[in-house]
Amino acid sequence: MMMSLGVVDREFHVFRGLPDADGEHIGEVKSFTVPVQPGWVVLDALLYLQAHNAPDLAIRWNCKAAKCGSCAAEINGLPSLMCKTRLDHMPLDKPVLVRPMRTFPLIKDLVTDVSWNYEINKRITPFTPYNDDQSTWRYFQEDADRVQEFRKCIECFLCQNSCHVIRHHRKFNHFAGPRFLVRLASLEMHPLDVADRIPFIKEEAGIGLCNITKCCTERCPEDIRITDNAIIPLKERVVDRYYDPITMLLHKIGIK
Amino acid sequence: MMSVHYETKTYDVLVIGAGGAGLRAAIEASAQGVSVALVTKSLLGKAHTVMAEGGMAAALSYVDADDCWQAHYKDTIRGGKYLSNYRMAELHAKEAPERVKELEKWGAVFDRTPDGRILQRPFGGHTYRRLAHVGDRTGLELIRTLQDKGIHCGIDVHMECTMTHLLKDGDQVAGAFGYWRESGRFILINAKAVILCTGGIGKAYKVTSNSWEYTADGQAMAMKIGAELIDMEFLQFHPTGMVCPPSVKGILVTEAVRGEGGKLTNALGERFMKNYDPERMELSTRDIVSKAIYTEVKEGRGSPNGGVFLDISHRGADYIKRKLPSMYHQFLELGDVDITKGPMEVGPTMHYTMGGVRVHPETQEVLNVTGLYAAGEVSGGLHGGNRLGGNSLSDLIVFGQRAGKHAAEFAKQQTVLPKINDEEVKGYAEELVAPFERDSKAETPYQIQADLQDLMANKVGIVREEQGLKEAIEELQVMKARAKVARVDGSRAYNPGWHLSHDIHNMILVGEVVAQAALQRTESRGGHTRLDHLEPDNEQWRFVNSTIRLNESDELEVSTYEKPQMDAALRDLFDKSDELAITQSKQKI
Amino acid sequence: MLEAFLSKNLVTQGFGKTDRKDAWWWEQVFTVVALTVFGLYGVYRAFENGFYEVGPYLSPFYSPNLKALFPQAFDWFQLSPAFLILWAPLGFRGTCYFYRRTYYRAIFNDPPACAVDKPKQGLLRPLADYTGETLFPFILQNFHRYFLYVALVLVAFHWVHAFQSIFWDGQIGFGVGSLIVWLDTILLTLYVFSCHSLRHLIGGKLNTFTGGIFSRIAYFKWFNQTKLNQEHWLYAWVSLFTVGLCDLYIRLVANGTITDWNTWGLDWSGVGCLH
Ligand SMILES: Cc1cc2nc3c(=O)[nH]c(=O)nc-3n(C[C@H](O)[C@H](O)[C@H](O)COP(=O)(O)OP(=O)(O)OC[C@H]3O[C@@H](n4cnc5c(N)ncnc54)[C@H](O)[C@@H]3O)c2cc1C
Ligand code: SF4
Ligand code: SF4
Ligand code: FES
Repeated sequence: MMMSLGVVDREFHVFRGLPDADGEHIGEVKSFTVPVQPGWVVLDALLYLQAHNAPDLAIRWNCKAAKCGSCAAEINGLPSLMCKTRLDHMPLDKPVLVRPMRTFPLIKDLVTDVSWNYEINKRITPFTPYNDDQSTWRYFQEDADRVQEFRKCIECFLCQNSCHVIRHHRKFNHFAGPRFLVRLASLEMHPLDVADRIPFIKEEAGIGLCNITKCCTERCPEDIRITDNAIIPLKERVVDRYYDPITMLLHKIGIK
Repeated sequence: MMSVHYETKTYDVLVIGAGGAGLRAAIEASAQGVSVALVTKSLLGKAHTVMAEGGMAAALSYVDADDCWQAHYKDTIRGGKYLSNYRMAELHAKEAPERVKELEKWGAVFDRTPDGRILQRPFGGHTYRRLAHVGDRTGLELIRTLQDKGIHCGIDVHMECTMTHLLKDGDQVAGAFGYWRESGRFILINAKAVILCTGGIGKAYKVTSNSWEYTADGQAMAMKIGAELIDMEFLQFHPTGMVCPPSVKGILVTEAVRGEGGKLTNALGERFMKNYDPERMELSTRDIVSKAIYTEVKEGRGSPNGGVFLDISHRGADYIKRKLPSMYHQFLELGDVDITKGPMEVGPTMHYTMGGVRVHPETQEVLNVTGLYAAGEVSGGLHGGNRLGGNSLSDLIVFGQRAGKHAAEFAKQQTVLPKINDEEVKGYAEELVAPFERDSKAETPYQIQADLQDLMANKVGIVREEQGLKEAIEELQVMKARAKVARVDGSRAYNPGWHLSHDIHNMILVGEVVAQAALQRTESRGGHTRLDHLEPDNEQWRFVNSTIRLNESDELEVSTYEKPQMDAALRDLFDKSDELAITQSKQKI
Repeated sequence: MLEAFLSKNLVTQGFGKTDRKDAWWWEQVFTVVALTVFGLYGVYRAFENGFYEVGPYLSPFYSPNLKALFPQAFDWFQLSPAFLILWAPLGFRGTCYFYRRTYYRAIFNDPPACAVDKPKQGLLRPLADYTGETLFPFILQNFHRYFLYVALVLVAFHWVHAFQSIFWDGQIGFGVGSLIVWLDTILLTLYVFSCHSLRHLIGGKLNTFTGGIFSRIAYFKWFNQTKLNQEHWLYAWVSLFTVGLCDLYIRLVANGTITDWNTWGLDWSGVGCLH
C-alpha cells in the first residue's frame, strides 16, 4: 500500500482509566487529535500524545520494532501490537480506537496485568535432554525448524487475549492458553527432550478446552501457525495416549 | 507532601536488570545457594537483549575448524582498537564457547550445520565464521532460554520495578531503592551484594536502535556512589539503521544482512566500501562502515532519504525469508519495501555503549565500591574503542556468569546485612515525588528529552569537534537546571511522565560524561571521531583509557589511566607487523 | 493477578457486541448459508433414492453402492443405499479439524468471531458451562483418525469410479460427466490427504527427523504433507462444492433435464448403468 504524503490530523479515541478493586476496566474513551506523519504506527501517535497532551498516559512498550511483545492492545477492536499497526493502513476518515487487552485486569489506561501468564509458565516441566553428554548431541535443521517456529514467540499474549476460552469463559484455572500450548509444543517436539508432558497437557493445560477456532492464530503477530502446528499436533498426541485404543495398546507394550 | 513510605525486602544478592547479563548473573548466583532478587523496569523477557538479531560470537570451531579462542581474542583486541582490557578479552574468548553450549543445554535451539551441530555465521571483524545464531532473532532465543531456566531456579523476579538509587553502608553497597511502576509505591531492597546489569544509554539520542529503557540508570547510579566510568567517548553507531519512513528511523537492520552477503551501494551505484576497506568490504568493522556511510552521504552520494542502499535481493526470496525473516517482515510492514526484490535504505544509528562502569576484569566487582558488581553493556572494558558484532551477547553470558558467581561468594562471606540509613532513603523518596508539587505550567520532561536527543546527535554524535563539545557541555548545564523544575501530571500509578522526570537526570549526567570524555581524547579512534583530530594519535592515546568520576562536590572529574602491559604469551599471538599490539607503552600523559 | 477478575464472567456486553469495525460477520453468514444449502440438498438426495447413476457415472452420495455390490448381504436394508455410506463422509467432515473450527464459530457462536461477544446462553449452547471438547458429545472428535481410515477407503472407491467413468462398452472416452467426476475425485483426495490426523500419523508424532533412512522418509512425507495441510481449509470447502456439483450433474442427466456431452456420442437414455 502507498504511504499517504505529508502530515494529516487524525482523531484518536483512547481508553483512559483505572481499575476497580476487582481489576475491572473502569474508565472512558477520550478523544484526541494528533498530527500524523507518513509511516506512523499507532504507538507513534500515542507517544506523541504522551509528549504533548497526556504526559501520564500509561502505555507499555519497549522495542517499537515488534520484537519484544510489550505493546499489545486492542486497536479498532482487533487485538494487535501498537508498534506494528500502521495508521496509513486504516481508513483515514474514521477515528482510531485504542483500548487495553480486555481479557486481563487493568492496571491503568492501556496497561493490563499479565502476570497470570508468567505463573502458568512456571508450571511447565523445563527442557530435559536425553543425556548429559552434549558432545553427542546432533540434530538437523529440519528438527530445529519445527521448534524454532514456536520459539519465535515474543510473549505478547495477544493470543491469550483473543482466545475465547479465557476471554469469555474465564478458564484461567483450567487452561494454559495458546501461548503455553505453543511453549509445550516447542518442548514436546524438541529433538533432544525426553520429559513426558502429555498428562499435563491434557489435565492441567486443558487442551480439550480449545475448540480450535483459531483466533490465536489469526492474531499472532509472529505468524506462528499456533493451531495447526502446535495445538492440533498436541491434541493428536493426547489422542494417542488417551483415546485411540490401538496406540494406547502399543504404548502399554512399549512401542511408540 | 506525598507519602514517602516504603517497603523493605532483603536478599543476599540483588540483580538490577533482567537482560542477558542480569538473568545469567541471577542464575549463577542462585546456583551458589544464596537468595536472589532480580528486578527489571519492564516485564521479564522484554529487556533490550530480546532485540539482538545477528548472533553471539564464540570460537566453537564447528564451522571453521581453524577458529580458536586465540583468534577470537585477536579479533576482539584489533576490533577494539587495542583499547580493550586484555584480561577481559582473554576470558571472554576462552569462556564464550562453554557459555554458548550451556545455553543449548538449557534448551536453546540454534540453527544447525549439515552435520547437526551449532551453525556459525560470518560477521564484521571476525576472521572466521563464528556467530552462533537463530535466524535474525538470536537475542530472543538467548533471553527466552535464560528466562525459562531462571524461573525454575528459585529467583524472586520483581517486574516493572525501577531502581533509582544505590545505597551504601560505609564503603560497601547496601542495596537499592526505587519504585514499583504499577503503583508508584516505593521499595527498598537491602542486599549484601548488588549486580548492575542495566544496559546502555541510547535514549539520549534521537536516532537509535535502543529502547526507552536505555536511560543510563546504571551508569548514573554507580557514579553517584563512587564508581568510575571508562571509555565513555566510545559509542557505537551501527552503520545500518532504517532511515525511512521517519517514524522508524534508527530501527536496526542487522549486520547479518551483510554477513549473508548484502551489498552496500551509493546513489551512483558504486560499492563504495572498496574506497574505505577494500579487503573486508561490507564486512569491515562497524566504526569504519558507519564513517564510510556518513562520508558518502555528506559528499552528496547518498540515497533520497539520506542513507545508502543495502541490497540482499540477489540471495533469492526463499533464502532471505529463512535466514532473515524478521528483517523481511520489518521492511515489508514498517517500510513498505520488499527486500527480496529490491534494496533497503540504511544509515547510521546509535547502537551500543562501549564504555561503562569500571570493573575488575575477573570478578566484575566495581572499582571503589565493595560488593557492587556490573556486567553487560553497563560495564566497560571488554570492547575498548569499538565492539565487534556478536561480542555483546557473549559478553553478557561470560561476564554475567562471573559477576553472579563472585557476588554470591562475596555475599556468603558477609555475616550481617549492611545497614540502611532511613533518613537518606526518605530523602531520596522526597526527591522522587517533588516534581508533583511543581508549577503546573512548567515544561514536562518529554520536552527536555527531545532537546537532549537533538543536542547529543548534533554535537556529541557520530563526529565531534572541540567547539561543539564545549557548547554541548554548557547546554547540558542548562538542561540540568531545566530538569530540576520539570513538572509531572497525574498520580504515581503507572505514570511514564513521572518515570521520565527521574530518568532524564541520568541521561543528562551521562550525556555530559560522554561529551567530557570525547573532549579529552584528541584523536580519532574506533567509535570516537574528532573532525579536528582526524587521525589516531598512537603516541599519546594508544595506551590510555579515559575515566570519569563524580567528586565530592558532584562535579565530573576527567582523567586517564594507563593500560597495563599485555602478557607476553598473549602478545606473542600477534604478528610482528602488528606494531600497535606489540609495542609497549612509551609515554605517559 | 486478581482472583475476582479471573472468575468474572465477561460475557456481559451481549451477542455480537464488539469494537471491531470490519465485516467480521461475513464468514459466519457465508458458512451458515453454505452448510444449510448443502445440508438440505444432501438430505433430500439421500431420501430421493434415485437418479444417482447414469451411464458410466455414479453419484458420490452413493459411492460405493453397497447394495449393488453385495445384494445378498444388504438384502435386509430397505432404505436408500445412500444411508449405508453417507455416515462416513459426514463423520469425517464432522470431526475434521477445519469443519470443527467453522461450525463452532458459525453455528455454536463459540466464538462468533475473534474478539466478538457471544450469546450468554441459548438454544445452541445448552450447557451452562463451557467444556470445549472435553465431554460427550464433543469428546468424540478425538476419533477423527478412525473416520480418516474409512475416508481413505472411500477415496479408493472414488478412484475406481473415476476410471470407470472414462470407459464405456470397452471403449475409452470421456464426457462432461467424467470431467466432473475426476474433478470431484481429485479434490476429495486432496481434502482427505491433507488431513491433520494423517499429518500426525505419517510423521508428525516423531520428535526428531534426524537419523537414518527411515527418519528421512518420515520427514519427506511429513514435510510434503504439511504443504497440503496448509491448504486443508480450501480443499475442505471446494471438495464440498464439487461433491454437490457432481451429484447434481448426474441427477440432472439421469432424469433427463440436461444431456451429457461425451466422446461416445451417447445421451445415456435407454442404455443401462455400469453399476
Ligand atoms: C537492535 C539491536 C540488535 C543487537 N544485535 C546484537 C547482536 O546481534 N549481537 C550482539 O552480540 N549484540 C547485539 N546487540 C547488543 C546487545 O543486544 C545488548 O548490548 C545487550 O543485549 C545488552 O544486554 P544487557 O543484559 O547488558 O542489558 P539489557 O538486555 O538491555 O537489560 C537491561 C535490563 O536492565 C533493566 N533496567 C535498566 N535500568 C533499570 C533500573 N533503573 N531499575 C531496574 N531495572 C533496570 C531493564 O529493565 C532491563 O531488564 C544488539 C542491540 C540492539 C539494540
Ligand atoms: S484455537 Fe484454541 S487456543 Fe486458539 S484461540 Fe481458539 S480455542 Fe483458543
Ligand atoms: S504465540 Fe504469537 S500471539 Fe501468542 S504470545 Fe506468542 S507471539 Fe504473541
Ligand atoms: S514495543 Fe516491542 S513489540 Fe511493540
